Amino acid sequence: MKTLDGSSPVTLYVNGQPRCGQAEPRLHLGDFLRNELGLTGTHLGCEHGVCGACTVLVDGVSSRSCLMLAVQAEGAQVRTVEGLAHDDGPLSMLQQAFHDSHGLQCGYCTPGILMSLTELLETHPAPDEAVIRDVLSGHLCRCTGYQNIVAAALKAVQAFNAVQGRRSA
Amino acid sequence: MTTNPPSTGVWQSAPRVEDEQLLRGQARFLDDVPVDDACHACFVRSAQAHARIVSIDTEKARAVPGVVGVYVKQDLFGELTSWRMPLGFALAALPENTTPFVLVDHEVAFVGEAIAVVVASSRHVAEDAASLVQVHYAPLPVVADCRDAVRPESPPVRTELSSNILQHYVLAYGAIDEEFAQPQVLISEDFWVHRGAGHPMEGRGVLAQMEKSTGTLMVWSSTQMAHELHYTLALMLGQPEERLRVITPEVGGGFGAKFMVYPEEVVIPALARKLGRPVKWVEDRREHFISAVQERDQYWSVQLAADRDGKIRGLRGTMIHDHGAYTPQGTNVPYNAASSITGPYIVPSYHLDVSVVHTNKVPVATIRGAGYPQAAFVMERMMDRLAREVGLDPVQCRQRNLIPADKIPYVKPLKSRAGLPLTIDSGDFPALQARAVEAADLPGFTARRQASESRGRLRGWAIAHSVKPTGRGPYESVRLKIQPSGTVAIYTGALAMGQGLKTTLAQLCAPHFGLGPQAIEVMAGDTAMIGYGHGGFASRQAIMAGNAVSQAARQLRDKVLKVAAAVLGVDISVLRLSQGEVLSLDGAHRVSLARLSMLMKGVPGYALPMVDDPGLEETVHFHCDAQTYAGACHVCEVEVDPEIGHIEVQRYLAVQDSGNIINPQLAEGQVVGGVVHGLGNALFEHMAYDENAQPLNTNFGDYLLPTAPEVPPIQVIFAPSPSPLNELGVKGVGECSTIAVPAAVVGAVEDALWSRGVRISEFPLTPMRVAELLGHASATEQS
Repeated sequence: MKTLDGSSPVTLYVNGQPRCGQAEPRLHLGDFLRNELGLTGTHLGCEHGVCGACTVLVDGVSSRSCLMLAVQAEGAQVRTVEGLAHDDGPLSMLQQAFHDSHGLQCGYCTPGILMSLTELLETHPAPDEAVIRDVLSGHLCRCTGYQNIVAAALKAVQAFNAVQGRRSA
Repeated sequence: MTTNPPSTGVWQSAPRVEDEQLLRGQARFLDDVPVDDACHACFVRSAQAHARIVSIDTEKARAVPGVVGVYVKQDLFGELTSWRMPLGFALAALPENTTPFVLVDHEVAFVGEAIAVVVASSRHVAEDAASLVQVHYAPLPVVADCRDAVRPESPPVRTELSSNILQHYVLAYGAIDEEFAQPQVLISEDFWVHRGAGHPMEGRGVLAQMEKSTGTLMVWSSTQMAHELHYTLALMLGQPEERLRVITPEVGGGFGAKFMVYPEEVVIPALARKLGRPVKWVEDRREHFISAVQERDQYWSVQLAADRDGKIRGLRGTMIHDHGAYTPQGTNVPYNAASSITGPYIVPSYHLDVSVVHTNKVPVATIRGAGYPQAAFVMERMMDRLAREVGLDPVQCRQRNLIPADKIPYVKPLKSRAGLPLTIDSGDFPALQARAVEAADLPGFTARRQASESRGRLRGWAIAHSVKPTGRGPYESVRLKIQPSGTVAIYTGALAMGQGLKTTLAQLCAPHFGLGPQAIEVMAGDTAMIGYGHGGFASRQAIMAGNAVSQAARQLRDKVLKVAAAVLGVDISVLRLSQGEVLSLDGAHRVSLARLSMLMKGVPGYALPMVDDPGLEETVHFHCDAQTYAGACHVCEVEVDPEIGHIEVQRYLAVQDSGNIINPQLAEGQVVGGVVHGLGNALFEHMAYDENAQPLNTNFGDYLLPTAPEVPPIQVIFAPSPSPLNELGVKGVGECSTIAVPAAVVGAVEDALWSRGVRISEFPLTPMRVAELLGHASATEQS
């Protein structure tokens, strides 16, 4: 139901769990995730749709959460950085590769990059460095110079394919 | 969580202790700090570059539902001890009326200057209301270009000024007139050099809350200098120091933009105290473009005198520095540039006339590199010209002028801003260059050039040096403590913002206690944990905080062993520390750090195990006023498409002397990141203003940062000459890879286009500009 400020309830699935919150029509998904649902792992770096820090997966597709309205995500399956690993469980292969390859410094841009690369790993059979750099072109990182992010992604591709190979064998 | 073998040692690539929370999205940056019922602030900023404020009408804004209040300067009456910010680096002799105002109510001097602040139930409501605040301006003459600002007839950028020239000075030594009387070779050039803003991916932000029960004002800020903010707030708010605490949450990068106490960081705590409610302000990206410090423009006119054999005799010229509308924090950017231009070279005579000039733009202060990239650019470009002029290759020409290793320590005939001698304490520049030349495969260049030409591309290469004094003093503080659980904690005034500070300090501490870095708790930037500190800037923390930790750990270990010897009743010489326990060599006696901590806490009525101060903790303020010089020699190779001006950096080599390297993986990460910051400066980042000083690019779509596809593979080689100024032999890393980059990149582009008659004396260098330069060159040739 709409309230006086024009907000209405939005129900969606975040990291597999049904979640509900209030959203004014103008509220973007990033603010909704952070402020309504308390999922502050998704960061806002520019709110112009350029830096990519706020990237989440909406129905499996990487999306700038600062360019999408919360109401547009009604019923959607949203994945955020908080869903990449269980709280007490090990890191995902991609997260682990970032740790091993020193793919993050301040870590502010990292959640968005992890989400874009998660999409890549899950949809592309064997991305090479050029493909990875192309995906990363949608993200700004001021700290790392990208080199170790690329290295981490390549490492994750290897690890991911090894596991997929074992599964299909 | 790691698959790496756990490392206990310093000088190894130990995995970072910071990563886990960041990777899981559990880290708390400023906007993630959980405070109930926080109000949100939005600043009303000037839309004019220079105008008198006729009126500020806040009525409509106040009427917006959800608005707590709209505050202009007078509304803060009684909350502040001064309407102006205190001068950062207050020891510089500068006029009193040079610092920014907390809020302005009479006159604005740059687009983005804060006039009022709206506090509301949400940021959305605050922004709605801020847009309804009506500011009536009476325009005043605008000064957009610092070359205009120096003219006597220029209108003042603020009506309180009689001149826009903040400082005018000469740095000089040697027999400059004699050297220039009849030089064998004379080279003259005019340069425009420009650097943009810091642009950490997390902007600035501050949250404040008055704890009513204790009267303590809690302030969280995304800052590089928590203790300076604490000091400033105590001063500006008249808040008793012990009832004020500044906490730095996870900081999403700094790059100089947060090395500053800003007006917003005073206004928000003042409002939180006044309202008795938590207030939060989070800078958005547009605000970063129009209100966070920048480095911007310098104009140099330089002449170089040299012998026919390529030996430099003298350097002279003028430099005009765009300083922006106010002076928040000294004038070290132009001074750094002016006093560092000779770099690693012997320049027998020098004379530079420096004008530090106000404009109606955002104030200028340090961004990663802090004036050094500009100076290195000018020097290295002159060196390339000299090489061409005397028919030497760029390597030989530099070789003739580099300070030889046997002249180190080398005292430059100039002084630091504090009046201390500029002494290059260590380094071997010819060896650094030899290493770079060897690794760069220059003999293979001809073949690579031919391959480029077969594709219609022009190829060039360049070499560039840089040196930077690192480890800015006077001190950094750490406190080491054995906690009740037996773990070791480090509290420090140094500040973590992505460099891996916590890992580095933990690595330096852990081996003293037979532990791995993961077992050490590091808390940085919390003023309640340690009374003094300076923070993260000037490539200083490994040096200042690193050596402090090393000393403190040694002292604390000594005390632990003494106490253990007393407790166990054995001789100290048979004791060792392992995994949080003190053991005798034969294993017969052991006591945990937890128990020793309890015993040294003391039990009423019982004597301490030994006569000493209670507790197991050591505080060390590592002092060092002299700075240690980090050097770098870079080689860059580019390919240019002469049809469209496109520049592709194909190879980039950074040979770095940062002394002993505590953690090679982290240091290499810093170097690569620094090089890419330099690539941004060289090729992309232009903070543009029009003739009315209106900013033209205030988003990342218009202001370009480097992205992954533009960045070439960057090869990093460490060639350490350990610093003699500190026990660890370490030097700074963070900025030392940024400085040489614009010189190397632009030098390589000029080399590629030399045969087309193109000469380049500016950065950033965009494709459009390259095409324009190619057009000019061909027009000149035809005419």
